[in-house]
Amino acid sequence: MNFPLITTSRWDVEDGHTLEGYLRTGGYKGLRRALEMAPDQVHEEVKKASLLGRGGAGFPAGIKWGFLPPDVWPRYLVVNGDESEPGTYKDRILIERDPHQLIEGCVIACFALGLSQCFLYVRGEMAHGQERIASALNEAYKHGYVGKNILGTEFSVDVVLHWGAGAYIVGEETALIESLEGNRGMPRLKPPYFPASIGLYGKPTIVNNVETLSNIPWIIEHGGDAFAEIGAEKSTGTRIFAVSGHVKNPGVFEVEFGITTFRDLIMGEDYAGGIRDGNALKAFIPGGASAPWFFEEHLDTPLEKTIVDNEGSMLGSGAIVVMDETTDIVKACHNVVRFFSRESCGKCTPCREGTNWLEKILDRILNGHGRPEDIDLLLDVCDNISPGITWPPKQTTICPLGPSAVSPISSALQRYRSEFDAYIALNRATPVTVEGRTV
Amino acid sequence: MTDIDQDSELISVTIDGQEVNVKSGEVLIDACEEVGVDIPRFCYHKRMSQVGMCRMCIVEVDTGRGPSLQPSCMMNVSEGMIVDTQSEAIKKVQDGVLEFLLLNHPLDCPVCDKGGECPLQDQTMAFGPGETRFVEEKRHFEKPIPINDNVFLDRERCILCDRCTRFADEVVGDPLIQFIDRGNSTQVNTFPEDPFASYFSGNIVQLCPVGALTAKPYRFKARPWDLEEIESTYPNPLGDRIVVQSSRDQVLRLQGLDSEAVNWGWLCDKDRFSFEAFQSEYRLDNPLVRGGGLNKANKLGTGLVAASWAGAMSIITESLDGVNPDRVAVIGGARLTNESQYAWAKLAKGFIGTDNVSADLGDELPPDILLGLPRATIADACQPNSTIVLLTSDLKEEYGTLYIRLRHAAKNLGVNIIDLSPVETALSSDAAVSLHPLPGEVGNVVEALVTGDIPREVGGISGEEISQAHHIIKDTNVVVFVSRSSMGQSVIPISEALTSLQQLDNCRFIPLVRRANTMGALDMGMAPGLLPGRNSLSSGSSAFSDIWPNLPSEPGANTKQILQKAANGEIDTLFLLGADPITDYPDKSIAKAALQKVNTVIAVDLFVTPSVYESDVALPAASFLEANGSHTNVEGRITPIRQKVTAPGTARPDWMIAAEISHRLGHDLGIDSPEDVWEEINSRSAVHEGLDYEQLAHDDNGHLITATGRIPFIPVTERVETRPIDSYAMRLIVGKRMFDQGIVTQMSPSLCSLAEQSQLRINQYDFNRLGIQEGTQVEVSSGGKSISISVKVDNRVPRSSALIYANLEGADPRELLSDDEHSIDIRIDPTVKGTA
Amino acid sequence: MSRLNEENLRLARQILSLYPKKKSAMIPLLHLSQEQNGMVTNEAMEHIAELVEVTPAEVLGTCSFYEMFKRHPVGEYQINICHGISCHLLGAEEVLEHAEESLGVREGEITKDGKFSFEGVECIAACTEAPCLQVNYRYINKVNLDAFNELITDLRNDQKAEIPKHGTLAKTRQKIPSEKLAGPSGVEDATPPEWLQRNKESQ
Ligand SMILES: Cc1cc2nc3c(=O)[nH]c(=O)nc-3n(C[C@H](O)[C@H](O)[C@H](O)COP(=O)(O)O)c2cc1C
Ligand code: SF4
Ligand code: FES
Repeated sequence: MNFPLITTSRWDVEDGHTLEGYLRTGGYKGLRRALEMAPDQVHEEVKKASLLGRGGAGFPAGIKWGFLPPDVWPRYLVVNGDESEPGTYKDRILIERDPHQLIEGCVIACFALGLSQCFLYVRGEMAHGQERIASALNEAYKHGYVGKNILGTEFSVDVVLHWGAGAYIVGEETALIESLEGNRGMPRLKPPYFPASIGLYGKPTIVNNVETLSNIPWIIEHGGDAFAEIGAEKSTGTRIFAVSGHVKNPGVFEVEFGITTFRDLIMGEDYAGGIRDGNALKAFIPGGASAPWFFEEHLDTPLEKTIVDNEGSMLGSGAIVVMDETTDIVKACHNVVRFFSRESCGKCTPCREGTNWLEKILDRILNGHGRPEDIDLLLDVCDNISPGITWPPKQTTICPLGPSAVSPISSALQRYRSEFDAYIALNRATPVTVEGRTV
Repeated sequence: MTDIDQDSELISVTIDGQEVNVKSGEVLIDACEEVGVDIPRFCYHKRMSQVGMCRMCIVEVDTGRGPSLQPSCMMNVSEGMIVDTQSEAIKKVQDGVLEFLLLNHPLDCPVCDKGGECPLQDQTMAFGPGETRFVEEKRHFEKPIPINDNVFLDRERCILCDRCTRFADEVVGDPLIQFIDRGNSTQVNTFPEDPFASYFSGNIVQLCPVGALTAKPYRFKARPWDLEEIESTYPNPLGDRIVVQSSRDQVLRLQGLDSEAVNWGWLCDKDRFSFEAFQSEYRLDNPLVRGGGLNKANKLGTGLVAASWAGAMSIITESLDGVNPDRVAVIGGARLTNESQYAWAKLAKGFIGTDNVSADLGDELPPDILLGLPRATIADACQPNSTIVLLTSDLKEEYGTLYIRLRHAAKNLGVNIIDLSPVETALSSDAAVSLHPLPGEVGNVVEALVTGDIPREVGGISGEEISQAHHIIKDTNVVVFVSRSSMGQSVIPISEALTSLQQLDNCRFIPLVRRANTMGALDMGMAPGLLPGRNSLSSGSSAFSDIWPNLPSEPGANTKQILQKAANGEIDTLFLLGADPITDYPDKSIAKAALQKVNTVIAVDLFVTPSVYESDVALPAASFLEANGSHTNVEGRITPIRQKVTAPGTARPDWMIAAEISHRLGHDLGIDSPEDVWEEINSRSAVHEGLDYEQLAHDDNGHLITATGRIPFIPVTERVETRPIDSYAMRLIVGKRMFDQGIVTQMSPSLCSLAEQSQLRINQYDFNRLGIQEGTQVEVSSGGKSISISVKVDNRVPRSSALIYANLEGADPRELLSDDEHSIDIRIDPTVKGTA
Repeated sequence: MSRLNEENLRLARQILSLYPKKKSAMIPLLHLSQEQNGMVTNEAMEHIAELVEVTPAEVLGTCSFYEMFKRHPVGEYQINICHGISCHLLGAEEVLEHAEESLGVREGEITKDGKFSFEGVECIAACTEAPCLQVNYRYINKVNLDAFNELITDLRNDQKAEIPKHGTLAKTRQKIPSEKLAGPSGVEDATPPEWLQRNKESQ
């Protein structure tokens, strides 16, 4: 490994989550450094770092920060810790094992953005994470790293921990804002395409992912250029990937961004260690449940944003789910579709009705009640949710959740249609429903 | 929502291959509609915010970067935009959305009220895929559930367009219906046991694009294809525009008509569901006379019995035969159309020769305020950045659609509201400043506010708050809404306030009246000393004397004086035109005494009200659903009232009754139709100049009177002395509720149970101070008079004030009023125990 | 009485004070109420409506959107068995079936002794530990069927002290000492933070 661990360096430090452990391992140096600079200079370093957002969309953080309209206050920073995309498992560890790093990142960001209030939205189900970050915040407040007159300067900012309550869609940034306002977590209409101009309470708001912000202390301490030197030209720094599914050694790994390949990660001894039981690879999801699936031939693709985009999928939230030859592809497909159906917020007709219909059709196929025309039906319903079934998806919906349900179907059908056909060939009698009763 | 400037610049866009000019900033779906391209939609409604939920309105838009799919309800037009609403891709998307919507829809069109007028049904015919590919089980919900007394919700039919919920929340501020649960299980519902208690609930039925919401008064009554409809005006002070729908000569539904100037399509439930009253079995449908049917007025008669028109008429002519015109009087007329008002004014003043004509019932603002101040329109008041001063009661209770308009202006248009109502109102939370002067003191508060000469405290309000309002009011356009906000306060303090406001440079007024067409009544001369066209008896008699031959020269008596005279035996014949002084006049006992004393009381009405019950002759009149004419609203806007159904029995339009009486008296009133009235007025009334009666029916916004007349506002020169309240007393506010004992509400089966019991409402602070319990029956007294009433905590009432709503069942606050006081102080004796 | 008790009401006031708008405290207050009562009752929603100044219907609208809020009773231990894709691939359905058999209730039902209820849930962000589950939102990783049985035994005998009763979200809460609070500025307060102004001046 010829790159420094940027975000995961304290994961093995027993007390890395405490203030003491954090300070001992070099914590809050970035903040001290930032406070010696002007806010704009801090922002400049983040721009130089070309830090891509780690929440899914991969938008450069420095540029996003620049979208804040000048001279409009109050403005807010909202931290997206709602991590719920199937396969994704990194923000929770960052919160549990290195909460001060995240807090430091938030405080530096608030300084750079010239704002006084930050909300840390942490997924409700992460009780342990809530406890860890609450303790860390309490320590940080007590010792002057957050709150009034940070480190004895004029700079003052509150970081308020907010609890989610179980809804994947709230990870979408405008839904997150709605939720933070006490509403149902339904995404807002676009435009505006970013909440930077109209966000929380209608005020300018930056939403960043937990991992994105966890990179900030290092960037400020070492400089944006140092960060940009790591990784590939456009995918700089390091990135955390969770590899799960049918691998020998599932785990969460920080790797050099843009250089490491899927093969390294999935097969490498230092990483996931290859497919379990010496089985063959059937398919893998490269970037969370929303991403179209990859297959054997994609293994040597580097974990680089633009390359993966061009190959028809995305790195998304850094979640790699590996399926070996024993996988029932129809069941796997049904599983992912069910997820989107269950998690649809219900706002857009195509998503609310369409994802649910897709799930029901797949249910029927799995139960042996499929009909030959169901394959076309599946594709046509997909087409009505995401016209053309292309990548990146076109959408008849407000947010990409609905169209995300299309990825597993188009991926699975593209490569393993025969498995669907086999279920359909079971040809158990199709149930007919009359007035709500199966006859 | 399309709050765009009406005269914003035009830009050029291409819609379906045609280059057209549309208003810059307009929403694409509206722009398309304006050039005749209809885009299907379910969630979009131009009077509400955009939610873009249904996705039905997706079109292809190219703004230079190639065509993309965009919901047309969420996009604003921009120069050079190329729009395709018909492409194959669009057709596919629309088919898809419709199919999705129908998946879980019960398809019970044959038994659905909406069948035949359902956009979902229509669009399925137009765009739909034809057959269903959905073989799974549909979503199930319990069939229609009531969400309040009048509205039912069928969640299986609901397509989750967010219209009803948005309306409740953003249009009227009653967020009592919500989306519940998530995703495919989402439903609309109320909180358990907490009904959608909104004064505006009928609007959601009208808004619902499918048959999910239905209203009890209409459910299962008719199929849309059996309905005939006509555009008309609801005779309330705002003149809300309506569509009257009927089938087989029976009105089945009133819908709001979207007039830009007035009600934007909204109606309050009181008006919407009131049509039931006019079909009530208690409608007066034939003449009645007192006595044994002998066509002789007989005070000792056994009651009112049916009579023929001829018989009734002969009693009337007999009572007028040879009588001194001074001993004849007319009270009422605000229910009538402009045309009928003119006919009656002409009969009374022009032929009978009495000026004792008064449409007022002692609870309206005086004519000099109603006619003498520079008038504004609602649209003027809602101009961005203007200031609205509310010298009114709670608009939500009394002027529902105005409340909606002003709420919108405050929330969306940057209009500042200065709320000076005696109690906190539904608009207070949206007001820039909300002050609640003690009754009687509003003049002093407004004087300070206008002049900027601000004492430390006045009328229970701190100088600081007043100075905040002073800064807002300075240098803006001000529109003042003024009404008799409380019968516990005389007109003088209001006149004082208006005198100060009138001195501002850019200040105009909208005086609010209590009764439907009081404005028209004044414009038609139905007040002592007045002639049609806002002329006084002295200024206008020359214009009218040729056709009003017996016009008296001296001003006659107003309502108070008429009743006084009557009680003293100085009136022989009294006409009540839809007037019920026993219920409405502030002093009930004098009203009763007057009706007892007069030889012949002739009531022209729709129902047997308490006053009709005391009269000698009752003539059945046609309601606004049954006669043609026009109405004048508080802005001075004239809009048509159009007959939709036949009047019951032998009831007839009020003007016809006037013409008949005139005929029997040997005069030709010269009015054989409503049109005839305008022929006479147009040539004689300067303020009505330019009114084209034919044209009225074709403009949703009607005709606005802009000219001022010759009745000047009379400024108040001397301040009434302020009177401190002693610590044992509280100052009385007499308010009005939307639903009360009013005859129309009581005659509408769907509304009559919505009126509450009379209660005394006071602040928690005073509650504690007095040491009473909620619901206790207390003795409330003032100047030797007293009533027994139960108490309720209501924190909208300022400290040291007490609110009682008038005309509810139970204690009557009128019994505490006194003519000589500008404000009424009451004492509360909590020692009387027991609960109501 | 499922209104917030006095102590929780005090906490509720503290929570409310951290937000520029009261309604933002809705979800934290719903959690607080669930912690107190093990579920969210109608009465609790009415109380929260008062506190955040909205209608009860609005509270219900928000509450019902989120999976964690239970508007019906659940077991003392609510077991959320993950059936997200990673857990699915490693046997989540088996765990679910086993739960049903061994507990003798179906998804969403409560065991007779009131101790347990379970349901299949979407990904709980522990994918590398599949199959996994949560008991009252505390993680149990890599559960095979034996491990599940053991867990149930331990819980039945109250031998898992680290797992609090249902509804308890975080045993540690954020507490901001008043002298350390920077203080939220009003949503309508359009002036830049003081520190920023001074920082600009000193540059
Ligand atoms: C359906 C959906 C779910 C999302 N879930 C998450 C999430 O759980 N965490 C996250 O950080 N971003 C999530 N995002 C992305 C956010 O909208 C947003 O892009 C991100 O938080 C921005 O932070 P970044 O720029 O630091 O990546 C989601 C997006 C969508 C459309
Ligand atoms: S696509 Fe689905 S999740 Fe996204 S806003 Fe629309 S309905 Fe909600
Ligand atoms: S009308 Fe545009 S999305 Fe519904």
